[in-house]
Amino acid sequence: MLDITALLEEIKQHPYTDLSIKTPHTGKIEFSNLKEGDKVTDATGEFKEFPGTKIAVITRENNPRFIHACQKGIIQKLHKEYDNGFVEAGVEIGILRHFLTKEEVINTILQKTLHLFLAPERAKYYFIPDIDTKVKVYGSRSVTVTDGMELFIVSRMKREVPLRYTGPNGIIYQVYFSHNQNVDVNQPLIGVCSPDQVETIEDVVSRVNHEWKEQN
Amino acid sequence: MELTKKIQHLTDRLNYIKDIFAGKHQEDITLLENRLNELKECAPQNAEEMMTALDELFIFMEKKLEAKLTPMDKVRIVRHPQRICLKDILENVYDNYTEIGGQDEHTNDPAVLIARAYITRRYGKKTYHQSVMVIGHEKGHGEEFRNGGSAKPWGNAKALHYMHVAETEGIPIHSFIFTPGGDPVEEYPGAAQQIAKNIYEMAGLSVPIVAVISEGGSGGAEAFGLADKRLMLSHGYYSVISPEGAAAIEGRLKRGERASAELTERCAKNLHLTAQNNLSFGYIDKIVQEPLLGARPYHYDFFRTLRQEVIRATDEIMLKSNGFSIFNFNKLHRLQNPSVNLDETYVRWHIKRSMRSDLIEERQHKFLRMSRKSYINRQSILGALADTWAEQWREVYNRLVYDIYHRQRKNYQRLREEIEAEWMSFKHKTSKPFKNAYNKVRRIDTVAEEELTTLSKWEEEDSRKNAWKWVSPRAKEDRAVTCTNSATHGCIDLWAPDLYNEFAGVCINCGHHFKMEYQWFMYNCFDENSIYEFNNEWEAGNPLKFPTLDERLKEAREKTKLKSACITYEASLDGIRCIVAILAAPFRGGSVGAAEGAKLISAIDRARRKRYPLIIYSHGTAGIRIQEGTHGVIQMPRVTIAIRRYLRAGGLYLVLYDTNSFGGPVASFLGCAHYQFAMRSSNIGFAGPAVIKNTTGIDVPPDHHNCYKALSRGHIQGVWDRRDTRTNLKQALLTMGGRNLYYR
Repeated sequence: MLDITALLEEIKQHPYTDLSIKTPHTGKIEFSNLKEGDKVTDATGEFKEFPGTKIAVITRENNPRFIHACQKGIIQKLHKEYDNGFVEAGVEIGILRHFLTKEEVINTILQKTLHLFLAPERAKYYFIPDIDTKVKVYGSRSVTVTDGMELFIVSRMKREVPLRYTGPNGIIYQVYFSHNQNVDVNQPLIGVCSPDQVETIEDVVSRVNHEWKEQN
Repeated sequence: MELTKKIQHLTDRLNYIKDIFAGKHQEDITLLENRLNELKECAPQNAEEMMTALDELFIFMEKKLEAKLTPMDKVRIVRHPQRICLKDILENVYDNYTEIGGQDEHTNDPAVLIARAYITRRYGKKTYHQSVMVIGHEKGHGEEFRNGGSAKPWGNAKALHYMHVAETEGIPIHSFIFTPGGDPVEEYPGAAQQIAKNIYEMAGLSVPIVAVISEGGSGGAEAFGLADKRLMLSHGYYSVISPEGAAAIEGRLKRGERASAELTERCAKNLHLTAQNNLSFGYIDKIVQEPLLGARPYHYDFFRTLRQEVIRATDEIMLKSNGFSIFNFNKLHRLQNPSVNLDETYVRWHIKRSMRSDLIEERQHKFLRMSRKSYINRQSILGALADTWAEQWREVYNRLVYDIYHRQRKNYQRLREEIEAEWMSFKHKTSKPFKNAYNKVRRIDTVAEEELTTLSKWEEEDSRKNAWKWVSPRAKEDRAVTCTNSATHGCIDLWAPDLYNEFAGVCINCGHHFKMEYQWFMYNCFDENSIYEFNNEWEAGNPLKFPTLDERLKEAREKTKLKSACITYEASLDGIRCIVAILAAPFRGGSVGAAEGAKLISAIDRARRKRYPLIIYSHGTAGIRIQEGTHGVIQMPRVTIAIRRYLRAGGLYLVLYDTNSFGGPVASFLGCAHYQFAMRSSNIGFAGPAVIKNTTGIDVPPDHHNCYKALSRGHIQGVWDRRDTRTNLKQALLTMGGRNLYYR
């Protein structure tokens, strides 16, 4: 069984992800005024319509293209030696350190600890009526699932077919779909864990919520 | 108790003065404030005397401040919660009324109020109840749900519905305009589209319409403003844009920034938006004088004046529309006397059915006569005379050809077709046995058999054979271009000579249409050497002497080699002659002012006279040119009226949008077309994202104005690929124009 506390400690040791900033194609590169340690933001606006901080301009065939920060974070490294020089496609021009948020930490932990049951096709998913009532009244953690159990109704273009759960027995810790919304193929529908793990997971999630300090 | 009420009244008056002057004239205001405080603290026995003195002081100060009112102060007056609203008018101007468009917030749009009302007039011993349909914006006295009088599209649709009800019932319409502008929501029926529909329909309503303007904000006002008589309250404003909006444009402010008070004040002055300005331009017929510092609900004398004026206006329209008679002439003469109490005279509010078309004709001509001197015409006198002569000759020729000869020819043709059909039917019946016998013995024609049983060959419709006649100068640049959708669609970079020449500015991967010069449409979509441009001497001017506009126009003229944003020409499309008008985006954003309006009207009139189809290609338009103030906004009803006259005469009108088309033109003469198409990747709407954010506080998604959204909500009828424009235009002319192309 996965040691969740150890996993959290491991994340605490490295509370960030380092993202490599690479050139999309060949061209002459020109860095903006950013320097190592500067903060950058990703795309903003309600519809992400404003691009992130400009990191560099790469010009190929007189066509300047901006390289924007794709995540919020700080510039860990900038390969200024390429400035005003020609670079190949896929060359790393810098490293962006993105500090994990509470949600990202919780998601990482849950994804590693839970068994995710994935959607087999793009469709709308519902629990079968009995389970649906139980989820609505007592919450998803009151539902115990077993391998081969009929759990969902798949609804697409007025066609409704039952779907059986496959995977380890346990309780539903997390429901990832909502009523009347389409779920893409291979997106998680539910996260299942064994009953004895629930308390530990809840404890870790609560600790993350209380103790995690976001650095961005 | 009485004293407390009076003190409260004076306090309200003082607060009103403070609000409308926004920090100005502090000395006068402080004096009033101190004297009011003294009154509040004085002994009760002295209060009555002090109250009388203070009341007189208030009147004196109001007179003094009235003389110092600036245009921006007037804007603050009409927006003040103490300003009279439509409900006050219904209560005090009319003798009785019933709200029929919903009540308070229980309606689809509380900013629009509709009521059936009547005015009672006594003549001798007789009493007459004269019914009217009252339609207007309701700002209320600070009620949030009224949305400040900004009508939503469905509110305008409701108003139009009741205008038609009034027409059915044959009663006059009194429309009251209290709006800072239309609400820029694009949901069905769409802000621009509905305003366009209102203007188009009002141009043809066969009942008298009297409009009273208090706050006439651009397109929202035009949706109710196309009237036979336009009255304006003396402290109101009528403008192409709010002073704040103009300041944001003039100050080139970014999203979220606010214009300074000085700039806003300056813009209000430069826009010439007061009643006096509009009367001198001829866009309103009369000013209704308000009390000092603007009418408030307790100014009962003002309501009496307003009542007299709306009665006078309605009477005048009725008398003028019912033809000349000695009785009408006398009554009209009497109406000119301002001291006549119109409640004690009687004019029947009924228009004979036979005279209704004259009423419409008179209304249309009234608007078409407006703003004729607001642009520069560099055409020589001889040239103008030649044009007029040619127009008149064309009119006579077309009347002879289309109204007399073609009508008779059609009747004859119809008769001939019927006889032919009968003969064919008879021949077929009688010859059938012989034919059957012959078919049994004849040899099978293999060629005919093959022709009938195999698929037809692709016809070479496009004569250009993949070579564009006009190519963008950008095709000469040695550079690559990245498609806007490259991140989401994985489009590869395109080489500019390929993109702007062979690909016609279209991404070969995702079909995104890059912006292309208007010349591309002009020279690639019509037959070679068929273009004849007319009215190119007409030049955009600066009728309001707006600061820096002259320099900006000069710069635009030098840059684009155009004299206005509108190009009008005659051209052929595979031999089909048509009139084309282009709104060219490079010239001041394709904005429409008096020159553009005049050119469009002239082109529409030419199409009507020549019986040609009319195509307006909006290469891009940012709206009405704000620096021309009401000279610009009046083009909305003017051009729409011209379009209506053209369509009623049997014309075929097509609109094609490209790049970005927003504002007044879309909300009038473009939006009223029955057939509207858009080039792929174009944006169409009433107000741009920044204006929507400023006025409603809502962030709209980047594709909010995309042509496909306009197609989904039924604004346009199709989206075209640029490379197929010529084919699609021809197809549209053939399918929508029918056999005669342009003339029903």
